[in-house]
Amino acid sequence: MVWGELKNTAAERRLFQRRAMVMLVFVLVLMTGLLARMYQLQIVEHEIYTTLSDKNRVQVQSVPPPRGLVYDRNNVLLAENRPVFSLTVVPERVGDMDATLERLSDILSIADEDLERFERRLREPRRPFQAIPLSYDLDEAEIARMAVHRHQFPGVEVEAELVRYYPHSELTAHALGFVGRINRDELQRIDPVNYAGTNYIGKSGIERFYEEALHGQVGYQHVETNARGRILRVLERVNPVPGEDLQLHLDLRLQRRAHELMEGRRGAIIAIEPKTGGILALASVPGFDANKFVTGISVNDYRELSQSIDKPLFNRALRGQYPPASTIKPMMAVAALDSGATDKDRRIWDPGYFQLREGGRRFRNWNRSGDGWVDLKYSMARSNDVYFYAVGVDMGVDVMSSYLARFGFGEDATLDVSGALTGLLPTADWKRAVRNEPWYPGDSVNMSIGQGFLLATPMQLATATALIANRGAWVEPRLLKDVHGDSPVEEFLPEQTHEQLELKDPDDWEYVVDTMEEVMHGARGTGRSAGRGASYRMAGKTGTAQVFSLGQDEEYDEEQIRERLRDHALFVGFAPADDPKIAVAVIVENGGSGSGAAAPVARALFDAWLEEFPAEQAEPVISDSRAAGGDN
Amino acid sequence: MAGSKLWSTQTSSDLGRNRSIWSALHLDPILLGLLLLLVGGGLFVLYSGADRNIDVVKAQGIRLGVAFVVMFVFAQLDPAVFRRWAPWLYGLGLIGLVAVLLVGVGAKGAQRWLALPGLPRFQPSEFMKLVVPMMAAWYLSRYYLPPTFPRVMTGLVIVLLPMFLIIQQPDLGTSLLVGMAGIFVVFFAGISWKLIAAFLAMVSVSAPLMWFFVMREYQKQRVLTLLDPQSDPLGAGWNIIQSKTAIGSGGMEGKGWLQGTQSHLEFLPESHTDFIVAVLAEEFGFIGMLLLLTVYFLIILRCLYISVTAQDSFSRLVAGALTMTFFIYIFVNIGMVSGLLPVVGVPLPLISYGGTSSVTLMAAFGVLMSIHTHRRMITA
Repeated sequence: MVWGELKNTAAERRLFQRRAMVMLVFVLVLMTGLLARMYQLQIVEHEIYTTLSDKNRVQVQSVPPPRGLVYDRNNVLLAENRPVFSLTVVPERVGDMDATLERLSDILSIADEDLERFERRLREPRRPFQAIPLSYDLDEAEIARMAVHRHQFPGVEVEAELVRYYPHSELTAHALGFVGRINRDELQRIDPVNYAGTNYIGKSGIERFYEEALHGQVGYQHVETNARGRILRVLERVNPVPGEDLQLHLDLRLQRRAHELMEGRRGAIIAIEPKTGGILALASVPGFDANKFVTGISVNDYRELSQSIDKPLFNRALRGQYPPASTIKPMMAVAALDSGATDKDRRIWDPGYFQLREGGRRFRNWNRSGDGWVDLKYSMARSNDVYFYAVGVDMGVDVMSSYLARFGFGEDATLDVSGALTGLLPTADWKRAVRNEPWYPGDSVNMSIGQGFLLATPMQLATATALIANRGAWVEPRLLKDVHGDSPVEEFLPEQTHEQLELKDPDDWEYVVDTMEEVMHGARGTGRSAGRGASYRMAGKTGTAQVFSLGQDEEYDEEQIRERLRDHALFVGFAPADDPKIAVAVIVENGGSGSGAAAPVARALFDAWLEEFPAEQAEPVISDSRAAGGDN
Repeated sequence: MAGSKLWSTQTSSDLGRNRSIWSALHLDPILLGLLLLLVGGGLFVLYSGADRNIDVVKAQGIRLGVAFVVMFVFAQLDPAVFRRWAPWLYGLGLIGLVAVLLVGVGAKGAQRWLALPGLPRFQPSEFMKLVVPMMAAWYLSRYYLPPTFPRVMTGLVIVLLPMFLIIQQPDLGTSLLVGMAGIFVVFFAGISWKLIAAFLAMVSVSAPLMWFFVMREYQKQRVLTLLDPQSDPLGAGWNIIQSKTAIGSGGMEGKGWLQGTQSHLEFLPESHTDFIVAVLAEEFGFIGMLLLLTVYFLIILRCLYISVTAQDSFSRLVAGALTMTFFIYIFVNIGMVSGLLPVVGVPLPLISYGGTSSVTLMAAFGVLMSIHTHRRMITA
């Protein structure tokens, strides 16, 4: 090409053609590069990106198992699960939170507490697009109003959740216990996988004891979600294993009767079927509505319950530790006979008091004038204290304690009753260790009639009474009767640990039972008015415990203080005496006397159980619900 | 095979039998057929990318219809008209770009649109994609080729001036495309390889300077994100991670049309605009990508053939530059979506949702058809 020459068309064309070829190669190389990149991503690294893509869209969600139901011995439902509708908010999807809350409170009633809790959780760190509950337990009108106004509230949803419900809660709260929201401590304890979708856990009673069985096994589902976390469809689902349905020995009719008998009073009733150890009734009066505790009780309601002078939250049957008073005498009688401290023929002179030595302190018989010469049978029937003072001193604390221990005092002898206390079974060593004092013979005197240091719960008294009814055959008290699944009930009940209480002379059992029958049916028996007119023979023992400590709170007015300083009325017994079907322990706080307040209650229970209530149904309902349960 | 067919039309048969119909319409049937194939397939992908929103597809169909009309109109004009008007249009374009900076409207912090009363909103920078190569070709083809060094420099000024104005908007993607269009003219004009090497050396030296003094923070961020998307997986790296995941999970055969989980579950951002190729890759796999790239390549091949057979230098330079611009679109977009290049706002030509770039591109193809169908009947 020469300078100054005119345009050389052919040369320019050839130049362009060369450049075009270069560009063609350029394009080919880069396009091959793109294709190579695609090959790398789509073929070589395909697996990696498939995994990433699936991880993006597929999420594993836990599906909580429905909690096992609880039935009484006649298959009356005691604990079920009800759908409860709560209002949840996804903050990311709400535009103006303040305005939304304000408009929500126009159509729903949102408690201030709920609002506070919501705002607290709003400030806490959490996963994006996680729903925060705002209001629990919407009623139908509120759900309907939300449905109408739903379009105005993006990010606000009504969610259903299965929540425990106790249809007879006022009657059963103390027997069943209840569930509540999982708290921080429980969170440490539970298996995080199995409880991944669960919000509630057994807090007390059998709900707590059989938590594992009732809870079931968590299921899970793979769900496809979009980038905003919204679930689009379920890809794969492993159903949860529902919790076991439990059948209790409890009889709701007897439980209700127990509450009716104690209406307006405070106290506890335990009824046990001696042969099975099954707890037929476990009443602590007054009761309370455990349903309030399930989703979280309001501060006011809780204050009312916890500060009530009647202590409705206090489980008297399991945790009330009372001086057993004269109701300990049947066990003492067994101990005295078997240890040789007395025999059927020993007679003791009762001048109305007992003295350890001449001129010493006088321990009074309740009958100040004295009963004269008394033997064991008469002493049981009349509840003579002097006789028991004497044999108690003869036995000494350690013999008494070792026998009482074999009756289940000083321990929680129940199999599956959660939260029972042990009472107090004193020994000489105990007193030295705790009080730093020796055991005085006077302590044995007090202990022999169930006063002094000795404390027992109604459950322990009922257990010991059932042992006498069984003539020494130990069957630990239990609530669980059956499990509505394939598994045998033995898998769930703890092992029995008590050995039969064998006496040197097994006839002593019958003798003691005779003396207890004398209490109810004897001409001078303390329980004779309660036993009068019965078509069956019953055995029992009344007790009246002095009250020292209750009612000293300054808030109580004079009238109440006086009422609450009255003696506790107690009764233990079983019926029919020769083939016991029911053993009971009754305590009526400040009831006055055992014969007047407690024994009639027991008699009414005996009548109800032995005569009024029809025989048990032959379990047809169980097999039905078993079949239904299998489909779930 | 297909390539030899394309090249074979170089023979006189093209000017014979078929000439009457297509030549009268000033259309190139091969290019038109390829474009229709691309656009038709693209609408299917768009339907999926827009999550089965038929309205989006209809809107895009209308825009593509307009674009084809624009192509047809441009094809009717003689290349001489473009040459004659190039300086005036260029001047007009510069005024437009300045006006955009002064009174332009836009979104997301960039002013790109000019809303003149009585006229539809329009983007002067898009217009410059066509005009800048024409202007450069007009200037360089007035003299003999290859151009002398001063003329090369003048040519570069013609290119860099609008580029600079567009960067100010800021619109890196368009600026890049406009610049590339002009630079390809200079390249096709025959600039010496020594000079090219010198320029490349200069660019590589100035790149670090650009990093520190010219590039904006968000642009730097894009480059950093490219190098390590995991550094900010929910922020800037999200797009790249999700588009690579979409492409990679497509595998050989893809998940099937409308079955792409990445796009339909909204993990893939911009799934019907700049990132639509990820939808195609996810749903049609490597085979789909191979087909797409093949169609693109055939279009480029045909356009290069038109460029080579053009009868004057201006036409050749314009045709070559527009062809290569089209390729740059493809490369930058797919390179960006597959994580080879930083995220730059460049759509996938004729498939991404959006009217402006489609109209410009089809106008360019109109110019190419014009060049091809207005050849004088001379036998060399």
